[in-house]
Amino acid sequence: MNGLLRKSVMVLAAIGLLAAPAVQAGTLKIGAILAETGPAAFLGKPEVKTLKMLVEQVNAKGGILGNKVELVIKDSAGKKENAVSFAKQLIEEEKVFAILGPTRSGSTMAIKNICEQAKTLLISCASTKKIVDPVARYVFKTPQNDSLAVRKIFEEMQKQKISKIAVVVGGTGFGKMGKMFMNKLAPEYGIQVVANETYSPKVTDLSALVTKLKANKDIQAVVNWSIVPAQTILAKNMRQAGWDVPLFQSHGFGNINYVKSGGKATEGIIFPAGRLLVADSLPDDNPQKAVLVQYKNDYESKYKEPVSTFGGHAYDAFMILKKGIETAGSLDKEKVRDAIEHMTFAGTGGVFKFSPKDHSGLGIDAFVMMTVKNGAFAPYHGK
Amino acid sequence: MDLFIQYLVAGVTYGIMYAIVAIGFNIIYNTTGIINFAQGEFVMLGGMTAISLLEYLPLPLAIAAAVLITMLIGALIEMVFIRWLDSPSVLRMIIITIGLSILIREVALHIWGENIRSLPYFYGDEVTTVSFGPVRLSPQVLWVIGICTVMVACLSLFFKVTPLGREMRACSANRTAAILCGINTRNMVTFSFMLSAGIGALAGCVMSPITYTQYDSGTSLAIKGFTVAILGGLGNSVGAVAAGILLGIIEAFSVSVLPLAYQDVISITILLLILFWRPYGLFGSSAAARLKEF
Repeated sequence: MNGLLRKSVMVLAAIGLLAAPAVQAGTLKIGAILAETGPAAFLGKPEVKTLKMLVEQVNAKGGILGNKVELVIKDSAGKKENAVSFAKQLIEEEKVFAILGPTRSGSTMAIKNICEQAKTLLISCASTKKIVDPVARYVFKTPQNDSLAVRKIFEEMQKQKISKIAVVVGGTGFGKMGKMFMNKLAPEYGIQVVANETYSPKVTDLSALVTKLKANKDIQAVVNWSIVPAQTILAKNMRQAGWDVPLFQSHGFGNINYVKSGGKATEGIIFPAGRLLVADSLPDDNPQKAVLVQYKNDYESKYKEPVSTFGGHAYDAFMILKKGIETAGSLDKEKVRDAIEHMTFAGTGGVFKFSPKDHSGLGIDAFVMMTVKNGAFAPYHGK
Repeated sequence: MDLFIQYLVAGVTYGIMYAIVAIGFNIIYNTTGIINFAQGEFVMLGGMTAISLLEYLPLPLAIAAAVLITMLIGALIEMVFIRWLDSPSVLRMIIITIGLSILIREVALHIWGENIRSLPYFYGDEVTTVSFGPVRLSPQVLWVIGICTVMVACLSLFFKVTPLGREMRACSANRTAAILCGINTRNMVTFSFMLSAGIGALAGCVMSPITYTQYDSGTSLAIKGFTVAILGGLGNSVGAVAAGILLGIIEAFSVSVLPLAYQDVISITILLLILFWRPYGLFGSSAAARLKEF
């Protein structure tokens, strides 16, 4: 009896294993590692919401190439270690077709090699140029390069005849790269960096730093590079100390929640961003306008909150993957990769032109200068 | 000179906040011998609860209600997790309180999400400044210094003068003698948790506009508060205040000579130096320390 029972169990198990792939056919598993909680939540949450919304829309229309999309989202909480273990899990256990994200530059750099070696497509929502320089065959990204954001800011400073600045960054991957680029590119624009400071990402008050910088009368503007709440703490401390010099932020400022948490102190902050925040005022013949307005309306009516540029990065990542699969006409990873590498795509971040040497696809024209006026984002037209 | 005063004010603001957290550690340590690593979470809970209550109550009432609720939570924690333990070892208590702090943090994450929030400024808004000669600061800083000083003064009066305060001091001096005197030491323990939670919550409310409150803002505060408590001599509340202000001032002035990135290094280095050189703290005495278990 015992032997018969064991044999029948084995037969059933074998049938089960054979049947399983049959059930799986027609499903496309896409993984996503996003910082839904933690210090980067203002970036990760809109990204998660956007992906969920897009998957719903795509599945309602029959999926991608007839395959239903199954989205596997992992919350990295903004931590590199989590990103690494989730990447391994998604690749080895879940066997996803591609990974979207992570949200943060540090997390992306931590999994860049893992994905490259596993030959799994990684389309990151993080911005540092190092993600695509040196180019890895399977790694792409959708935000504009941080080096370009720096250039955009410096161009604006040149117009305003600002030549001496203070650089203040958060001690994260994003911040350190920003500091490196700012110091490296400043001489090209005739700008001198007279102070370089790094703060801990968890800092809760920067008034001592503001005292130190304000005492240096040479400083004509301050550039802050981080995505943590300290972005707005710095603004508050500066205005409370009565220091009115222009404050420039990175393109990590594009979520209205930062403005809400900083209140009046954020008035007049200048930062580069994609055109998503000014979608409605674009001329009709702008190649991005249709995509931007559609995404903005869909997101805002579904989630009842304003769009942010970060959700846009996730939108671009998903749509680029979708277009890549549809162009390749199959679920062959190599063909999809090749399709993406030669793609031109009008997205929320800009008009992407990928190439084997350029896995970021965006130039400095993807940016517009924005500012905060009366508690809302507005285009910046200079002083 | 103006710079000096500006740094000094920043240092004192911070120092007083660390001191309040340290006093919270001290109150519980004195009555029970336990180091309550969930102290930082009380601060966070005070701020978060007040922010939630703000929708229904005006600001002063919201803060008062938040303090009371946090005190109740402190009492509950003591009664559920600590009271029934039978002379636990120090190590066991430390692990339990660390576990509690993680638990509270996760519950807070579920209730409030991971957004940063803050109470509105008590007077004015994010850009209001008040000038004292060349020094400019936000009025909220004055509120922090004012309220915390009043708290410290009230606490020392409470412990010196009121019967309840004296019973708690008796408990900490010698538990067995206190029991023999008819003091209900178990209630004293609960009350010490309530008191610690209450002052932590009030401090959390008053610093929320400056530092923002987030579900995990308790952790770093607990570490700094613990450093200050050790620095001032564990159990010595006057020492805690002095040590807190000292640490705050050192941190603030360190920014003027060292890059900002080293600010946390300074406080941890000081903690390590004190632990090596004078482990009973700057103001503690070695004789008294030998009498205590920790």
